Parts: sequence; C-alpha cells; structure tokens
Amino acid sequence: MSDLPLFDLCLRMGDTCLVLAQRTSEWIGHAPVLEEDIGLANIALDLVGQTQLWLGLAAEVEGKGRSADELAYRRDQGAYRNLLIAERPNGDFGHTLMRQYLFDAWHYPMLQGLTASSDSRVAEIAEKALKEVSYHIARSADLVISLGDGTPESHARMQAALNDLWPYTGEMLIVDEVDAALCEAGLAPDLEPVSAAWHAHVEATLTQATLAKPASGYMHKGGKRGLHSEHLGYILAEMQFLQRAYPTATW
Amino acid sequence: MNEWPLWEVFIRGQHGLSHRHVGSLHAPDAEKAIMAARDVYTRRNEGVSIWVVETRHIAASAPGDKGPLFDPSNSKAYRHPTFFDIPEEVGAM
Amino acid sequence: MYAQMVKTDANSVKTLDEMDANERAFQQRIDAGIKIEPKEWMPEGYRKTLIRQISQHAHSEIVGQLPEANWISRAPTLERKAILLAKVQDEAGHGLYLYCAAETLGVSRDELLEQLHSGKAKYSSIFNYPTLNWADVGMIGWLVDGAAIMNQVPLQRCSFGPYSRAMIRICKEESFHQRQGYDALVKMCRQGTPEQLEMAQDSINRWWWPALMMFGPSDADSVHSAQSMAWKIKINSNDELRQKFVDQTVPQAEYLGLKIPDPDLKWNEEKGGYDFGEIDWTEFYEVIKGNGPCNKERLAARVKAWDDGAWYREGLLAHARKKNAAKAAA
Repeated sequence: MSDLPLFDLCLRMGDTCLVLAQRTSEWIGHAPVLEEDIGLANIALDLVGQTQLWLGLAAEVEGKGRSADELAYRRDQGAYRNLLIAERPNGDFGHTLMRQYLFDAWHYPMLQGLTASSDSRVAEIAEKALKEVSYHIARSADLVISLGDGTPESHARMQAALNDLWPYTGEMLIVDEVDAALCEAGLAPDLEPVSAAWHAHVEATLTQATLAKPASGYMHKGGKRGLHSEHLGYILAEMQFLQRAYPTATW
Repeated sequence: MNEWPLWEVFIRGQHGLSHRHVGSLHAPDAEKAIMAARDVYTRRNEGVSIWVVETRHIAASAPGDKGPLFDPSNSKAYRHPTFFDIPEEVGAM
Repeated sequence: MYAQMVKTDANSVKTLDEMDANERAFQQRIDAGIKIEPKEWMPEGYRKTLIRQISQHAHSEIVGQLPEANWISRAPTLERKAILLAKVQDEAGHGLYLYCAAETLGVSRDELLEQLHSGKAKYSSIFNYPTLNWADVGMIGWLVDGAAIMNQVPLQRCSFGPYSRAMIRICKEESFHQRQGYDALVKMCRQGTPEQLEMAQDSINRWWWPALMMFGPSDADSVHSAQSMAWKIKINSNDELRQKFVDQTVPQAEYLGLKIPDPDLKWNEEKGGYDFGEIDWTEFYEVIKGNGPCNKERLAARVKAWDDGAWYREGLLAHARKKNAAKAAA
C-alpha cells in the first residue's frame, strides 16, 4: 500500500479498465458476427476512456509530473494494480463474455458507490463511467442469459467459462487494507454492500441463464497489490512496445 | 435457415423529429437488435430513441403502383396553402 | 477504391434502340438521374453486377479491419488506441451497411460471406499487405482511405438507392479516417525523432505502389467499365481517379517531408498534373490471385472468426426461438 490510498484506488480502477480493454480489443476483426465486432469495440472504447480518466487522476494525485500515458506505458507489471480477472486470457467468445459479465456485475455497484466519494473528482469520474457501465452490464447479462439458455453447446461453453473464471471473482469483493483505508476516508464505498449487489445480480442472471453457480472455493488474489499472473507481463510487453523502444518519441 | 433475421432500424435524432429509417442489421431477437442498433447506428451521438422492426414484417407499396398511388395528388393544388391569395392588407396567415 | 475490376456480364453496351421496352425505360430513368430502388424492375446484369460490386466493397471493409487491428494492442498512447479502435470499428460498420445494401438485391449476408470464405469473391488487393510498423497505421488512413474516398465520393451519386445512401453515410465517416492517419504522420514526421521519420519513410516506400494499384488497371477500353458507367454504378475511370489521387497526395507527402518512391514522378505543366512511373501490374495480378504477402492469413483469420463463432450465433438464435415460442404459448 502506498501512503496515498487515493492513488491506489485510481490505479486499481484504471489498470483494470486498461487491461480488460486490451484483452477485449484482441477480438476486433475476429468476433463471431459483424454486429459483435462493433459492440465489443464500443465496450473497449469506453474502457480506454475510463482508463484515461482514472490514470489522469492518479497522475494528478501522485503529483510527480507523470501523465496518464506515462502511468500506462512506463510501469512494469509489479506496479500494476488491476484485478486478476482482467488479465485472464480471452478463451472462446463465451469465456470473454463471461469475464465481462462477472466484472460488470462488480463494476456497476462499485461505481455507484464511488459516485458518493468524498473526493469530487472520483465522484465525477464514477458518474460518467456509470452511464457507460449501465449499458455494459445490460448487454453482458443479456448475452450470458441467452447463451446459457441457448443450445446445449452454448450452455456447456458458458458453464465451462463460469467454472473457469469463478476463482477470480473473489478478489474484487474481499476487503484488503487499502479498501479499508479508502472506505474509512469516505473515498470509496464499503465493499460489503457492493459484494451483496454482485451476488444478487450474479445469482439472478445465472438462474435465468440456467447455469449452475460454482461452489465457493479457493479464490485467487494478488492483482490489487501488484502480484499478477504470468499473463500481464506479455500484455504489457506488447502494449508498451513503442514507448519502450522509442523512449524519446512523441506520438 | 440459421441466419439471424434482418431488422430495419429507425432512429429519432436529437431534434425531436420523427423516427427516421437509418439502415438495417442482423440480430437474433428484438432486444439484441436494439442494442446492436445503438452500437452500429448511434456511434456519433445520432440518436435519442430507437425502433427496430423485422424486415419481413414491413409491408410496402409496389413500385408498379407508383402512378395510381401518387399521381392523383398532383392535381389537387388547392391542398397547398400557396394556392390561395390572401389580400396583403390582412397580413400574415 | 475497394471494388476492383467488377465484371458486368456485358459483351457490349447496348444502345437505347437495341434494348427492349423495360430496359429502355430503365436506362432512361438512370439517364434522367432517377434512383433505382430494390423492388423495381432492373436488368439481371445490373442486379448481378451490383451484388458483385457492393459485396466486394463490403468484403474489403471486413478484411480491412485486420491490418489495422494488428496495431490496436500496440498503439503508442491511450488516445491513439481509442482513435484506432473507433476507426476499425467504423470499418466493420461500413461493411455492415454495404452488406445490407447488397441484401436488398435478394442475396443474404450469409451467402455473401460464404463467397468470401470460399475464395469465390474478391476483396481489395490492398489488404493483403502487412502492417509492419506503427507508421503503417497512419499510412493506411492517409493513402488507403484517401484512395477509397476518391472513389466513394462520386459513388454517393450512383444510381442504386441503397448503395448511394450507404455511400453517403460512409463518406461522412471516412474523412475522419483519412485525417486521423495524416495527423499521426504529422506527429511522427514533423514533430518526431529522426527514427520516427525513418519509420514513416519505410512505410510509404511499401504502401505507395499498392495504394496506386487500388484503382485497378486502366479500364479506358473495358466493356465492363463502359457498362457500369452507363448504369451509373461507376462514375469515373480508374486512370482518372488515380491521377486525381496522385495530384492530391504529392503535396501532402512533401509537407510531411516524405519522399515518394517513384523516380519518374514529376510535375507536368502541360496537363496540370503529375506524371508518374509504370505500375507493376504483375504484382497486382499475383496479389489478386492469392499470392500477396498476407492473402492466406487474412482469409484464414476471417474464416476462423466465422467458424469459431458458429456456436455463438446458433446459441443466440436458439434462445430467441425459445423466447418467441414461450411468448406465443402465453
């Protein structure tokens, strides 16, 4: 934990958006249907936009003269604070959608909570992001339901995706010392009600999708404090290539 | 046939006008057609409301009937306000 | 120009006298600048040619996502990433509008995709070239979209209503594409490091000639071209558009400080345009035949996307049918 919990909050939100946008945009040009290429691009665009806002605020809070781009492109993986679920590989399209949904179901109530932040800049970003994420969750939930309740194959694929991703859902709901400090300062919401909202939404969606909720079991964590999977290194190596190879260039 | 049905998309622009046909797309059902229409046809802030209707439900006049359907209204010039001369003294009407 | 060498099935262009009554009435409406709408009578050749042309154009947009999408993950700033995402998304949108326009002629999108995937239908030669450095993204916006705009602006006035309307929508969006590309290059060439300028020069060296090939071989003597022009689904000759493109582009390259890789390029005072070197049409035909640097990867990527997505499309359709059945039963 840095001595600036607000900085950590901005990184956690911003880095998660960025890494998920990076993953999502891998699909562009390769989605199962043209309408989906376009829809996914909108999600990725929203997430990049939110990244700019969160990392912009992080840079401002840090006060060391770094920009949002410098934070995005010049930090190594250990300095990233994204949730592990964001860096999970895309898998099949159902896997990607399930990851998006499980994240959206957290992102939405989290942003709702953040609109009441004691820091008006945080509240403002949350307000703007919330509009976008309302659409994200409506879309991803609808698709999870439809595919869960589609053909036997689509059902099986969605169930497999859910089982696979489930151990990565705990991290966003479990309070660590940064979350506690943020809540204490009124900067971020208590994760308890966010968790309750997540569980309620997920249960309702899975029921409609005729998918079985996996038994609660071991949950991976670490992303929030910079302990990542091997995947993040590759994501960043690719993303940061130009900035690293041409450190004095502007683009 | 396993192709997603075709939908026609109508969008009400920012200015409170009627919904206007903007194009089509493929979607498995109405809900998803609306979401796709939002993604496809309002990327540049073009709309405030969306209608979708499955293309096969649209009944259209036959092109060959164009004469009988539309020509007769040509000869009814009195339906247009400019047909009537209002004395200048009366002012705007 | 995304549709190259579209065949018309015509052996010669008929005169009004040689036409039957339907054909004559049709041609006279076109001559009078009246738009043809989908359900109206049209010669079979017109319908078929349009399907070929519009779908070739649509396929080009769809395959055209790939070379640029190749750089989304590596875009050098968050803003460039967003711009590129939005741009590639537009290409998908353009493909979608165009497929819909083709569908009004009585062919389904799935059939058209099947033609693309089986290699029966063509797409523009340009998208079979690789994007090797970041300047290529700028170069595609500036040169490739620039060339496409040359062709598409006049097509807004083409005789077929749905095609013309799709073009109007596309042209509105396309100028963003060209400008973002040029803007990225201005940043690299005029405000950047020597290495960035070098990168851009390497890029134009590779893209210049393929961009000129986009207009297709000279069609001054082509029956297909004459027929398409009579039908007003082609407005200018290939050479005319190519000349216009070169004349417009050379000063833009000079502003960037980029050298156009053509030793024969020089201003011709007399014709008020540039003379330029001979295009390597052997290369063009090889690319069209499938021997370009990326033909196999591009098509394979599209086929894989389609095949891997089958369960998804079927899943959603199955759910929609269940929902409808439940609604009907209620």
